[in-house]
Amino acid sequence: MWNGIKVVVLGLVVLGAALAANYGHDLAYQVSAVIVAAAAALWFIHEIKHIGDKPQPAPKGYMDDVVRAGTIATIFWGITGFTVGVWIAFELAFPTINFGDIFGPYLNFGRIRPLHTSAVIFAFGGNGLIATSFYVVQRTNAARLFGGKLAWFVFWGYQLFIVLAAVGYVLGSTQSREYAEPEWFVDIWLTIVWVAYLVVFLGTIFKRKEPHIYVANWFYLAFIVTIAMLHIFNNLAVPASFLGSKSFSLFSGVQDAMTQWWYGHNAVGFFLTAGFLGMMYYFVPKQANRPVYSYKLSIVHFWALIFLYIWAGPHHLHYTALPDWAQTLGMVMSVILWMPSWGGMINGLMTLSGAWDKLRTDPVLRMMAVSIGFYGMSTFEGPMMAIKAVNSLSHYTDWTIGHVHSGALGWNGMITFGALYYMTPRLWKREALYSTKLVSYHFWLATIGIVLYASSMWVSGIMEGLMWREVDAQGFLVNSFADTVAAKFPMYFTRATGGTLYLTGALIMAYNLRMTMLGAGNAVTKAVPAE
Amino acid sequence: MYTLLRALADSWALVALFLIFLGIIAWAFRPGSQKLHEEIANTPFRNDELED
Repeated sequence: MWNGIKVVVLGLVVLGAALAANYGHDLAYQVSAVIVAAAAALWFIHEIKHIGDKPQPAPKGYMDDVVRAGTIATIFWGITGFTVGVWIAFELAFPTINFGDIFGPYLNFGRIRPLHTSAVIFAFGGNGLIATSFYVVQRTNAARLFGGKLAWFVFWGYQLFIVLAAVGYVLGSTQSREYAEPEWFVDIWLTIVWVAYLVVFLGTIFKRKEPHIYVANWFYLAFIVTIAMLHIFNNLAVPASFLGSKSFSLFSGVQDAMTQWWYGHNAVGFFLTAGFLGMMYYFVPKQANRPVYSYKLSIVHFWALIFLYIWAGPHHLHYTALPDWAQTLGMVMSVILWMPSWGGMINGLMTLSGAWDKLRTDPVLRMMAVSIGFYGMSTFEGPMMAIKAVNSLSHYTDWTIGHVHSGALGWNGMITFGALYYMTPRLWKREALYSTKLVSYHFWLATIGIVLYASSMWVSGIMEGLMWREVDAQGFLVNSFADTVAAKFPMYFTRATGGTLYLTGALIMAYNLRMTMLGAGNAVTKAVPAE
Repeated sequence: MYTLLRALADSWALVALFLIFLGIIAWAFRPGSQKLHEEIANTPFRNDELED
């Protein structure tokens, strides 16, 4: 009965999407409708194929097939996102390679840049968070994922969201809200997928066999719940037509800007910080084979982060139409935020106390330690840049881009790589990784890449800021904007080189993990005792 | 409505949230929590395989 309804509904979705593709007002909407129709048709065929199947006995053990799929997706989107990033970094140094005269606007920096940011944050980071959260929530609660196939819906639904978002950017449909560019219909789809994600995660916690909920789950849960709230409020918009992608925000003026940066900064706080801290609190203790340094500190870390982060958004709007008191509030809260961030960093790093020697022999642990180091560094740099006086120099310059990347490449990227290196042999039941030496190469390529990236952007950003504010004796500005662009070329080239190194490291990781999955080299199949 | 919420936000709500925060911290440091916290901190080292 239920399967019959599902097939009918899916058939109607295919039909509706096909109609939408025909009557849609703009190209982005039409292409999205075709993709939706294709996805629904594939699901429809899948359901038809299995409609007469006998009911299977309840599966045993942890539900790891969806985590394996998530691991592969994380690697795939990581490589994609880094490649696009390297590409646009070279575009900034050599603008002709956007090939505008051949491809028109499609490879333009303005269209490819959101493709890069969304691919690395939401596709790479998001898939990494979903996969690791499914891995961690099962093992720390001693329970199989709740909801059966719902976890697969979350996985495929999220991939569909990524594809729809990417298509929109290239074809020019955007809300022009940073990190929230997808238009209204993509937003609605993400909301549905996200609620399913929450149900799977919470349901697993509810049926736990462990008496207590381990702290990693708190961070993952805070990430899921807060992102749901932020996503809904920042995307309150009225579509101009149900057959077109254009929509108009419910807010206007400075309220609109504040809503956007309340969202934007908390996307950093709860997606890129809380979620990845969930990773840290599970995978660092596991890799070091020691419990977290102080569980009390992790409780203080969690609640301080939750209570404080939500107020820091206004520091993105210093010296704008935002009321002065709100700017100052954002600045003060950002500086206070330094404390819980460093509490967390100390907790993560000190987990290695008594096991420091492992850093010499275990490149995976080294990667995790460096990621926590970058977490500490960027959470010091951030509050400093949120101080109004510093911000008057740093805002709108490349310093901001450098700051974001030391956090994203250093902290989010490295901790995710560490988690992938940890999970892959275990998920595919291998004795060890294919090659530890390749992990070392990856580590050094990535670290040197980040150093080149961050330092070139410091130089470029501070130079740019100083050139913009330079005035002569009569009070006239000395430099034109184009002067600063010309002066930044060497730094842009260095940045693109750093990005290339980082991408090369990730390619080595993809090869290493692929060989591990195939069971080559050291990655022989684990002998499983007969039960 | 806005004025009311605005006044509430920087008076009672602020005090309440701050007290809740302090309460949570105090609760974490209550006597006797050490043993429990050690036990929870070791959660990742149990249940690597699910026993049905």
